[in-house]
Amino acid sequence: MSEPNDISRMTSAAFELPQFAELRQPKLRVSGVSRKFATPNGTSVIALEHISLEVRPGEFLCIVGPSGCGKSTLLSLMAGLDTPTSGEIFLDGQRVDGPGTGLSVIFQELGLFPWLTVLQNVEFGLKMKGMERAERRKRAMEFLRLVHLSSFESSYIHQLSGGMKQRVALARSLATQPDVLFMDEPFAALDAQTRDLMHEELERVWKETGQTIVFVTHNVREAVRLGDRVMLLTFRPGRVKTVFPVILERPRHLEDADLAHTAREVLAQLKEEINKAVEEEYSHAAKD
Amino acid sequence: MRRRIEKLIFFFCLLAVWQVIYKMKIWSPFLFPSPFEVFDALRLGFGDRTFLIGVGISMRRIAIGYGISIVLGLALGLLIAMNDFLENTIGSLVLSLQSLPSICWLPLALLWFGLSEAAILFVVVMGSLLAVTINTESGVRNVPKIYMLAGRNLGANGARLFLHVLLPASLPYLISGLKQGWAFAWRSLIAGEMIYGSLGLGFLLMMGRDLNDMSQVLAVMGLIMFLGYVVDRVFFVNVERHIRSRWGFAPTS
Ligand SMILES: Nc1ncnc2c1ncn2[C@@H]1O[C@H](COP(=O)(O)OP(=O)(O)OP(=O)(O)O)[C@@H](O)[C@H]1O
Ligand SMILES: [Mg+2]
Repeated sequence: MSEPNDISRMTSAAFELPQFAELRQPKLRVSGVSRKFATPNGTSVIALEHISLEVRPGEFLCIVGPSGCGKSTLLSLMAGLDTPTSGEIFLDGQRVDGPGTGLSVIFQELGLFPWLTVLQNVEFGLKMKGMERAERRKRAMEFLRLVHLSSFESSYIHQLSGGMKQRVALARSLATQPDVLFMDEPFAALDAQTRDLMHEELERVWKETGQTIVFVTHNVREAVRLGDRVMLLTFRPGRVKTVFPVILERPRHLEDADLAHTAREVLAQLKEEINKAVEEEYSHAAKD
Repeated sequence: MRRRIEKLIFFFCLLAVWQVIYKMKIWSPFLFPSPFEVFDALRLGFGDRTFLIGVGISMRRIAIGYGISIVLGLALGLLIAMNDFLENTIGSLVLSLQSLPSICWLPLALLWFGLSEAAILFVVVMGSLLAVTINTESGVRNVPKIYMLAGRNLGANGARLFLHVLLPASLPYLISGLKQGWAFAWRSLIAGEMIYGSLGLGFLLMMGRDLNDMSQVLAVMGLIMFLGYVVDRVFFVNVERHIRSRWGFAPTS
């Protein structure tokens, strides 16, 4: 068994120094992106305005902001599920103009297929790629092992707990070895304990695979717990307010004092935006 | 187990009451035969193979007619679900036709196809096609968007998205449609065969009437009931239960 498996190959690749040019090249580049939505009464809502950002290869980027500021919209745009009103998005220097397997999304509802077993779910993306049965089975098992679910390979989805479902979704997306993995508030529905566990799990998996991850959440502590950087969006129109680098040692713990300190900084700025959002709600209500 | 025993005792009592009423001789035995006589009629019918042939012919017809309905109904339902224009036009046509009892198609079928096998099949198809279509359509429409999103995101599109996501995701609804379609097909077939049908169960029923043989009428009725029940309760209910438990949701219908 000297054959290196895909995961170890990916890990070692993270340590091989790429060319300097590549080092400077971001994995994903969002350049001056805006997104407007038409409203039923004929006006339009500017959900996102002039967003520019770069995601580095292997980076864990968290995006936070008040509800309705356009986090999900931004994520859909980056994942190629939606097209910007103006501006451009590049993956490895190539313009993104539609969904591709290089851009994988885990939605809050996960969308695991109940008619398939756990293993078949993880195999799904590989099957769609046309990978042959024996090989994809082997690869899927590797990723199930990675998320510690190999003994549940033949279970059906409804037989799993919330945290286990999260891990299946993670394995299913990772198995396709996407360029960027997007996650939209994936842990919002979990209880605090399971969420803690998922944080550990995700951090470990991210380290082992070197996967580039963009993670949307409204939970500041979660963002600081996980991210290399935390990007804060403003409320309507959604713009980049501040990008906080999180230079804390890993593995991190939610109770760490440093972590709480950084989270407070982010939270202070987020509060301003939430207040803006609340004021706007009230002024709308007053008009009606 | 207890429920099964309850059921058994109930049916036994029903037969007993029947026998008692028969013994009281309220009606003439020609009009009200005893359960034993009906049982004899059954034995006789199967003995001289007329019932066997009748069942065989009816089964063949339903297999063809219902088969056509499934294929057409699934295709039509899918098309309607995926196209707004078709939904608005063909969709409303299907819904309005659904209110027509299927036997209403027989005069038309007889004029078009004459006294033929095709006329009966036509009635069976018209009886069940619409139910299959309507259920397929609502099934496909009810597939949670998240499955399609996830499927597309994992690289499925076009035919593969259809085959590997849309179809299995809507299977619980499709089965309800097929079940309902079966019920309509069975009823339409027997009705059609009673009015016109060489051999077949509906025909045997009418023959019983022509011969003034109440035992045969009841025997054939029992047979029709039994076959319909077996397919509906035993086959479809089990398939439905299997799918629902696999998909992880509680039975609704
Ligand atoms: N398809 C759409 N049509 C019209 N408006 C939309 C659409 N999608 C989003 N919006 C609007 O764009 C804004 C941003 O929505 P988005 O879902 O991206 O917010 P969010 O930051 O993800 O919020 P939350 O934290 O509640 O999930 C909202 O004001 C919303 O009303
Ligand atoms: Mg959102």
